[in-house]
Amino acid sequence: MSEVRTASSGTDAGPPPALELVETSRVFTRRGGLFRKAGTPVRAVDGVSLTIHPGETLGLVGESGSGKSTLGRLALRLVEPSGGRLLVDGRDVTDLPKAEMQAMRRDIQMVFQDPYGSLDPRVTIGQSIGEPLKVHGLWDPTDSPQKVAGVMSLVGLDPSHADRYPHQFSGGQRQRIGIARALTLDPKILVLDEPVSALDVSIQAQIINLLQRIQRERGLSYLFIAHDLAVVRHVSHRIAVMYLGKLVELASRDTLYRRPLHPYTVSLLAAVPIADLRMRKRRRTSVAMGEIGSATSVPPGCRFHPRCYRARLVASGGGVPTERSGDALLPRACLMEEPALRACGGGTDQVACHFPETPESRSEVAAAVLQDIGHPPIRPIPLQSA
Amino acid sequence: MANPNLSVAPPPPVAPVPAPRPVALELRDLTTVFPGDDGPITVIDGISLAVRDGGTLAVVGESGSGKSMTFLSALGLVASPGRVQRGEVRIGGAEILGRTPEQLRRLRGAVVSMIFQDPLTALNPVFTIGEQIVEVLRAHSGLGRAAARARAVELLARVQIPDPSRRIDDYPHQLSGGQRQRVLIAMAIALSPKVLIADEPTTALDVTVQAQILDLLADLQAETGMALVLITHDLGLVARYADDVAVMYAGRLVEVGSIEEVFSAPRHPYTRALFRSIPRLDGPVDEELPAIEGQPPNVARLPPGCAFEPRCTLGHGRADCCTKRPLPLAGDRAGHRSACFHADRLDQMEAAR
Repeated sequence: MSEVRTASSGTDAGPPPALELVETSRVFTRRGGLFRKAGTPVRAVDGVSLTIHPGETLGLVGESGSGKSTLGRLALRLVEPSGGRLLVDGRDVTDLPKAEMQAMRRDIQMVFQDPYGSLDPRVTIGQSIGEPLKVHGLWDPTDSPQKVAGVMSLVGLDPSHADRYPHQFSGGQRQRIGIARALTLDPKILVLDEPVSALDVSIQAQIINLLQRIQRERGLSYLFIAHDLAVVRHVSHRIAVMYLGKLVELASRDTLYRRPLHPYTVSLLAAVPIADLRMRKRRRTSVAMGEIGSATSVPPGCRFHPRCYRARLVASGGGVPTERSGDALLPRACLMEEPALRACGGGTDQVACHFPETPESRSEVAAAVLQDIGHPPIRPIPLQSA
Repeated sequence: MANPNLSVAPPPPVAPVPAPRPVALELRDLTTVFPGDDGPITVIDGISLAVRDGGTLAVVGESGSGKSMTFLSALGLVASPGRVQRGEVRIGGAEILGRTPEQLRRLRGAVVSMIFQDPLTALNPVFTIGEQIVEVLRAHSGLGRAAARARAVELLARVQIPDPSRRIDDYPHQLSGGQRQRVLIAMAIALSPKVLIADEPTTALDVTVQAQILDLLADLQAETGMALVLITHDLGLVARYADDVAVMYAGRLVEVGSIEEVFSAPRHPYTRALFRSIPRLDGPVDEELPAIEGQPPNVARLPPGCAFEPRCTLGHGRADCCTKRPLPLAGDRAGHRSACFHADRLDQMEAAR
């Protein structure tokens, strides 16, 4: 155990990570009933290890069905892990009894995508924002109203609106209410699940700026879950890319967007629509093939192989043992062997791929994508094709 | 037409470009109202737009800006008690506003069709996708049952549903979100419409699938020459797929032009601010995003002047902007219209701030 922790949390001396997941898994099983058999277990999160340092934002990206929201809920034990450990501020809370875990949640709070769905329409927003204090038995009639007014101002709400109801606010303001409510207890960590994706473009920027300002002022750590790679780049220090329950790449912001190693990361980047005339009539279908599968039937070998352009290029380039799969010729390794998340490229970046897109072996596909997103590679070396 | 400036400008007399293709869909001064507590609320106000055969017009705006309402109005789909108050809607040159519901029903599908954001609610869960496509074909054309089914298989193949002769008997819940949107596209193109209106067709889908769906629409368009109206809030999609762009704000058109014009030299402060506020994959990361302050206005309580004035990046309180409503006027380039009194001085005014 301690071995794993040392590997992931770096050297001694420094403060412990704000949040640490060690080989955390979550398996959902559907119970059988009168008319149906018990379902196949779904490995929504499959042995994920990651750390978030104090004051750091870790972006978590992936398509719907990748398990990123489940991972966010695991971090608060809103969903109980089926395996692995969960550490908050260096303290193992995996087996903490429910009551103590509840107390632990003073330190780690969640902000949801749809703030309207998480606010009681019959309760004033002042009461909603103060509610966490009451739940934790910290309500003090003299100080607490001031506390509520304080977080309201912090998130840009007028404290005199505390007696209004959620329906009197716009989507952007409701997201501010959701953030205020998460901040009432002075947490150290916020798990933000798609916090801006339901908002209009002009409001999105306001909320992103707000979250960054709060982080600077209070030194909070964020787990920022989103599907928008441009938003994630703007807010994150490091980024984890998730596919069907596994991390496939974990890298610092600068390297992830300049030197994506995993073909799935390249595919995601290729699909981002860029508001630039250079992108006129540019087609990207060849990079991102098909759709994410289901976690009920994860493909053997590398779980990304059915959609991977890179595996096809490598197989056609020769020099590796290949095998036919359907109508595609793929490297045998991709079909047979699950790649582990391992260090790649000298730094702290990690990738789970048999044939990562390193600068020395970068495919033309990846080079073109980097060119398009404004991070042209320094040395595009094409794969020799057969 | 009360105001000649609201009409669609003729194609710009520039360059040795090929003759412009005929206009497929044209809206003039389209205005829709809903009854409100203090009199009618104008939800879209004087919208004039055109899209040519084979062309793609992107309509951009935030929620509540009226971009969907504009095209629901054009197709006679405004839910009561709302109603189209005035304007003209021409498809292939023929006026369609004022037609009977039965006539409109025949037009929809055959001449113009529309696909929506959420492909699950648009499909009936108790019928197979094949039955639903066949129904469209039989309602509008004289095809027999067997011929309609054969055509439905062709259509599913055309929208790249794998193994279409088997999948045709699937129910909607057996398909993924992307496949359901493909089925809706198959239904929408079943009768080879002249105009396809796609209302946020990929907003509910993952980016990887989004690219596939839009590439498919572009292919279909190249093949059939249909006009495409793409309603979206995503400027990235606009850059990749549109020929012309219309930007809406608070039920009004604020800027219209070719993609090159609007992207390289936007002539409205709202358009400019919108571009700046989006995080970019190659933008700076350690700075605040230049957000637009405030909230979009309630169309029931618009200020007398420019609807964007309270949030305008040029500053506030100018007499003209506060008292008089700017109309979308053309500047030097006839096709590029902006509803801003200061459209020709934006660079200087922004620099001065």
